[in-house]
Amino acid sequence: MTSEIPIIMMRDIDYIYPNGTEALKKINLNISKGELVGIMGKNGAGKTSLIRTLNGLIKPTQGNIYIENENISSKSIANLSEKVGIIFQNPFHQLFANSVEDEIKFSLKSISLDKEKIQIRTDHILNQFDLEKYRTRSPLNLSGGESKKLAIASIICRDPDIIVFDEPTLGQDAKEIEFFINLIKNERKRSKTIIIITHNIEFAYEYLPRTILMADGQIIADGPTKEVLNNEFLISNTSLVLPQIQQFYFALLEQGFQEVVDKMSKTEMINYLRNILKKRYSKI
Amino acid sequence: MTRLRNASRVRVYKEEQDGRKNETGSGKTTLIRCMNGLIPQFYTGYYKGKVELWNGRNTVETPIADLSTEIGIVFQNPENQLIAMNVEHEIAFGLENLGIPIKEISKRIKESVSLTEIEHILDKAPFELSGGEQQRVAIASILVLEPKILILDEPTALLDPYMAKKIINLLNEIKNEKNITIIISEHRLDLLLPYTQEIILMKCGSVIEHGNCEKVINGKNFQTLSLNKPVIYSIFNILKNENLYYKNIPASIPEAVRSLK
Repeated sequence: MTSEIPIIMMRDIDYIYPNGTEALKKINLNISKGELVGIMGKNGAGKTSLIRTLNGLIKPTQGNIYIENENISSKSIANLSEKVGIIFQNPFHQLFANSVEDEIKFSLKSISLDKEKIQIRTDHILNQFDLEKYRTRSPLNLSGGESKKLAIASIICRDPDIIVFDEPTLGQDAKEIEFFINLIKNERKRSKTIIIITHNIEFAYEYLPRTILMADGQIIADGPTKEVLNNEFLISNTSLVLPQIQQFYFALLEQGFQEVVDKMSKTEMINYLRNILKKRYSKI
Repeated sequence: MTRLRNASRVRVYKEEQDGRKNETGSGKTTLIRCMNGLIPQFYTGYYKGKVELWNGRNTVETPIADLSTEIGIVFQNPENQLIAMNVEHEIAFGLENLGIPIKEISKRIKESVSLTEIEHILDKAPFELSGGEQQRVAIASILVLEPKILILDEPTALLDPYMAKKIINLLNEIKNEKNITIIISEHRLDLLLPYTQEIILMKCGSVIEHGNCEKVINGKNFQTLSLNKPVIYSIFNILKNENLYYKNIPASIPEAVRSLK
């Protein structure tokens, strides 16, 4: 699924907003084709600014961005949007059509498909996202979870190579999150590169292989999620908290339970507790 | 303790454009809107039933303005409730409308600003703020009204984990200090459960269970509903199903540690 060829390369990116805020400072980053990467950090760390540079919504003040080895500085937003699909945090910032069906159709019109193909793809995507029942409904009359789903559908339908999600699990219930996890699994099978900004530590810990940690416009860590999110020093500097499993493990160690590993995953924790409880019952 | 009576028996339908009546989502936001009279006074539709407050007032006959000093709501999207040109005016806005004396206004602003830790952004415009800051301003602007019931619709949705934890701790402090009832609609149960006394579970527009936290999370409804259960819950649930664990499923890490001792 993952190849070593970087699909995204960022070299010495700086971005200063017109009001003087330095949002990005010396960002250097490689993301390979087919990778699934998380971006984490506290509010205002520069996460959203970073992804906005990918489809040209903001142009770096300094530095260069290459997508598939091509410098994107001269490309238009429309041009880049065909390659990079961004699903923003607040679905209502991107939904505006009169009906759910029109929302998808509008998105498809921007990639020069004929009428018949637009209809076929719209029907397919409404079905895939279980939005068929809301076809004629106004996007404004959907619940929070459903409108998020529609926002995702309206980008996925264009089949971009790079898909960027800003807080996709926010306001979603367990079923909707499960749907989202299956969606990213399927998109990865199709060699799509996926970048996810999230505050959801438990989600990142379980599903994202690589995490980039940002603070004050800089990348302060980039590596396997299990390593990055269990580093107490980094966590305390980025307004994150340790994953629940690790917090629970540390609390158990404090009470004298046996130390077995450094960093624990959910499966390891279940096995750890199984052993404790089995030993206890065998003694009785 | 103050409480809303009959809330669980209210059924609300949202009028759709095509005239059919249908329930949307599970109904959490709709139920919240019933609690301060926004339904039926602001949102139209077919409404039946009665929401009565501890003081005998009901949400149909009491004007929304009067209800707002008794029940404060912080909405899911703070952008929807922030209107002033700077944060200080935003927080003062509600109090000015109620004709509160200036001295009292500044005392209350000081208190809520310090509780929500937003001293450094008082002269900023609300739309310039990050999501987390906006959420804290929205909470502060409701807190100054000193409501008896504080309702929050997914208050931590836009916050980073550290700030989310801080807001939940803050709400717990407010509850203890001011002895008010706090009702929270929230998806991040791992944060909320350690402080929750009662849980109302909703599905398809109906309240399917309402009871104390320990009882509800150990019940069938909690297990089968599509909720973001805390990792601790799912671990102990697995151990329980394997007949390795017999006690109640813990709601927090300290409880989980205690249960293993």
